[in-house]
Amino acid sequence: MPVDTRTLLPVLGCVMAAVLVAVLPQWLDLFTLLSLTIYLVMALLALSLAFIWGFGGILCFGQAAFFGLGAYAYAIGVLNIGDSTWPVVLAIAVPALVAAAMGYFMFYGGISDVYLGVITLAVTLILFNVMNSTSGSEYQIGSALLGGFNGIPAIPTLNVPFNPDHVLEPETLFQVIGATLILCYLGLCGLLASRFGKVVVAIRENEQRAGLLGYDTRLHKLIVFSLGGGIAGLAGCLFANWGAFVSPGVFGLAQSAQIIIWVIVGGRGTLFGPILACVGIQALMARLGEQQHVDSGFVLGLILLTFVMLLPRGLLPALSTLATRVVKRRPQATPAQERAL
Amino acid sequence: MSQLESPMNLLETQGLGVSFGGVHAVKAVDFTLQSGELRCLIGPNGAGKSTFFKMLSGQLKPTRGLCHFKGQRISGLAPHQVARLGIGIKTQAPSVFDGLDVLENLRLAASRLQAPGEARDTAEQTLERIGLTELRSRPVGDLAHGQRQWVELGMILASRPTLVLLDEPAAGMTYQEVRKTAALIKEINAQSTVVVVEHDMEFIRLIAGTVTVFNQGAVLAQGSFAQVTQDPAVREAYLGKQEIKHA
Amino acid sequence: MDWAAIFSLQIVSAIATLVLLSIGLAVVFGMMKIINLAHGEFMMLGGYVAVLATHNLHVPIWISILVLAPLSVGLFGMLVERLLVRHLYGRMVDTMLATWGLSLALTGTATMLFGNTTVGISSPLPGISIGAYQTSGYGLFVIAVAVVVLLGMWALLRFTHFGLCARATMQNAKMAAALGANPGRIYSLTSGLGAALAGLGGAVLAPLTGVIPTLGASYIAKAFITVIGGGSAVITGTLTAASGFGLISQVVTFFSTPVFGEVALLLAAIVLIRVLPQGITGRFFRRAF
Repeated sequence: MPVDTRTLLPVLGCVMAAVLVAVLPQWLDLFTLLSLTIYLVMALLALSLAFIWGFGGILCFGQAAFFGLGAYAYAIGVLNIGDSTWPVVLAIAVPALVAAAMGYFMFYGGISDVYLGVITLAVTLILFNVMNSTSGSEYQIGSALLGGFNGIPAIPTLNVPFNPDHVLEPETLFQVIGATLILCYLGLCGLLASRFGKVVVAIRENEQRAGLLGYDTRLHKLIVFSLGGGIAGLAGCLFANWGAFVSPGVFGLAQSAQIIIWVIVGGRGTLFGPILACVGIQALMARLGEQQHVDSGFVLGLILLTFVMLLPRGLLPALSTLATRVVKRRPQATPAQERAL
Repeated sequence: MSQLESPMNLLETQGLGVSFGGVHAVKAVDFTLQSGELRCLIGPNGAGKSTFFKMLSGQLKPTRGLCHFKGQRISGLAPHQVARLGIGIKTQAPSVFDGLDVLENLRLAASRLQAPGEARDTAEQTLERIGLTELRSRPVGDLAHGQRQWVELGMILASRPTLVLLDEPAAGMTYQEVRKTAALIKEINAQSTVVVVEHDMEFIRLIAGTVTVFNQGAVLAQGSFAQVTQDPAVREAYLGKQEIKHA
Repeated sequence: MDWAAIFSLQIVSAIATLVLLSIGLAVVFGMMKIINLAHGEFMMLGGYVAVLATHNLHVPIWISILVLAPLSVGLFGMLVERLLVRHLYGRMVDTMLATWGLSLALTGTATMLFGNTTVGISSPLPGISIGAYQTSGYGLFVIAVAVVVLLGMWALLRFTHFGLCARATMQNAKMAAALGANPGRIYSLTSGLGAALAGLGGAVLAPLTGVIPTLGASYIAKAFITVIGGGSAVITGTLTAASGFGLISQVVTFFSTPVFGEVALLLAAIVLIRVLPQGITGRFFRRAF
């Protein structure tokens, strides 16, 4: 049976990534490992928006809201329960449920495009404002002080399920986060290859026609949005683990902007592109943060501007079209079928 | 002779109408459609045929009257709800998935009610029937206008609806394309009841069936193509109040 | 009794602030269907022009605020339209993203030029007593400016040739062009006007808030929400949305804290958009401008 490159490439890539994730902790120093860890966490966040926007056509200006909800849910959960197993579930469930509520409110109300952007933006701001003002000692859930703009410090790290004494070392944490990223990526690839995924893409292409074919477009979008929220929440949980700290900044507009930039640069219609873009841009931001001459926000803004104006389809699709042209020596239309690659 | 129960009308409207402000685009139309028919709705510009059509498909909410499909009320339902009841709809401007290729468009249409393997087969067969086999992997957005209309017709064919509503399927086509479209519609009619809104008289002549003439928001005449085109009231509606000079 | 006067004044003040915050964005959205996410930064620039002109160039404060700021930011706005926005017409989402990029770049530039600290101008008007309460005289000035701006815009749209062409272009750009109105020029002038109003707003509010590179970020969300909530009619939309939101936020603030006031405003916006997806003037006051 001829091997299908479309499925082979991502699978091979994941196998390679898995090997790297298993092996790297032995070779790298702690600092580099920690830097890589946060890149992977953010890559998971990028993946969530790449899924709902790149494939689902839902431009959410407030993906950071779900990220932050996941981070806070984990922090509050683990500080209260002591064992990290259920808090992780909470970190996924709470944002997913909030996303479902928002999705119901928006999609079943026929809201889309710009107006969806406004509502998601407003929700992020609400969360930011509320969390920012919870500084007093009267603001606590269970035994976890919310901390207001100071945030919640000293968050216990993940432990082996149901074994609170066995907390994960940074090396193991890296491997767990890497594995999570790979599994989520593969899961989403599979989902997009299924009938559900194809309908989601069709809805993005032409919602009216998808509806006229009898598909329940609102339900599909609701599921996509909730799933994206859950994944962003998981990323938030891992973020809280990485830094052992969470503050209202996770709900910030700046955070939401970065996620959008990763997806634009990486390309809409691919899952892998935004992951690459996320890692690349974060590395760039880290470099820029070390010097004083050029403001990192300035560079970020320039990147966004350049891509929207000149490379709207992002790097990966543009490169792939270029590569196809070079290889096949004839002008190609845009690849008709979205590849989950 | 025993009283035979009259077969239930597949589609019927009672006093269906819509007004925009003071303008009664469609007044109060009683309309019946039997299963298996190929009905054409014609009429001069502004007659209300497209507006009436949009009420059938759910794209417009009527301000009065009722519409029933297989005994079930559909007036006021949204288009996707209408579609789920087994009604395939082709809109005035081709509504297809431009970024996806032809085969994928057809497969999506078939997939809602058919298992993946069956859907794939249906898509392949439909591809042949609409005559676009060599274009299977081309994104539909790249195709010519006429071809895009055929993809849309193909999608309707592939989804095997009970009733098919077509809004100007021959719009913008060359004569050759019109003939192919007419053949496709006859094929669709073999499996589904069809209602077509059209301007192109040649096209109507090709697909025949019963013709309902609209004028000023109401039904003016109904009959075969020959009957209707020779009806003086119809000619007056199209040509205005002038002496009909016989050829 | 004085308490009631002060309270009403606070409400009107909140509404006036929202008006000044949003009118520039409303002009550009209403006329060109463009959401300029760099609007907050235009206000920030206006603030900086006012501060720098007053402190470094020793220009009288009223001239810095009322003349220099709107003029300079207006010109900058026209430049942005020509270089950026013009290439993205019709693509609302892309324009939002591009202007978001511009906003980040402008904030970054301001940080590089001015650093991360707040600079201020002292309020040029003394406090005023109403009965036993003190209120800021400058606050009354803000209200006055808001009123003048709204009236001025109304007069501009209603009585001038530009206003007529602009309204025609708003309704049907192609037809207006066919009748001789130059859409490129109209869009250019409209962008300039929107930017100038933003600059004015930023300058007028500068004595109250101080100016810092991240000022735009705190303004843009409210402006965005007010404009979308108001709908596409420039004056009526801004006024009704600002009134509604201002009232709600002040009343809630009065009964609790400013934070809850903010939250109430945002929640009101969410409900409004859900109920009236085209904004207030999408459903009511349809023929107003």
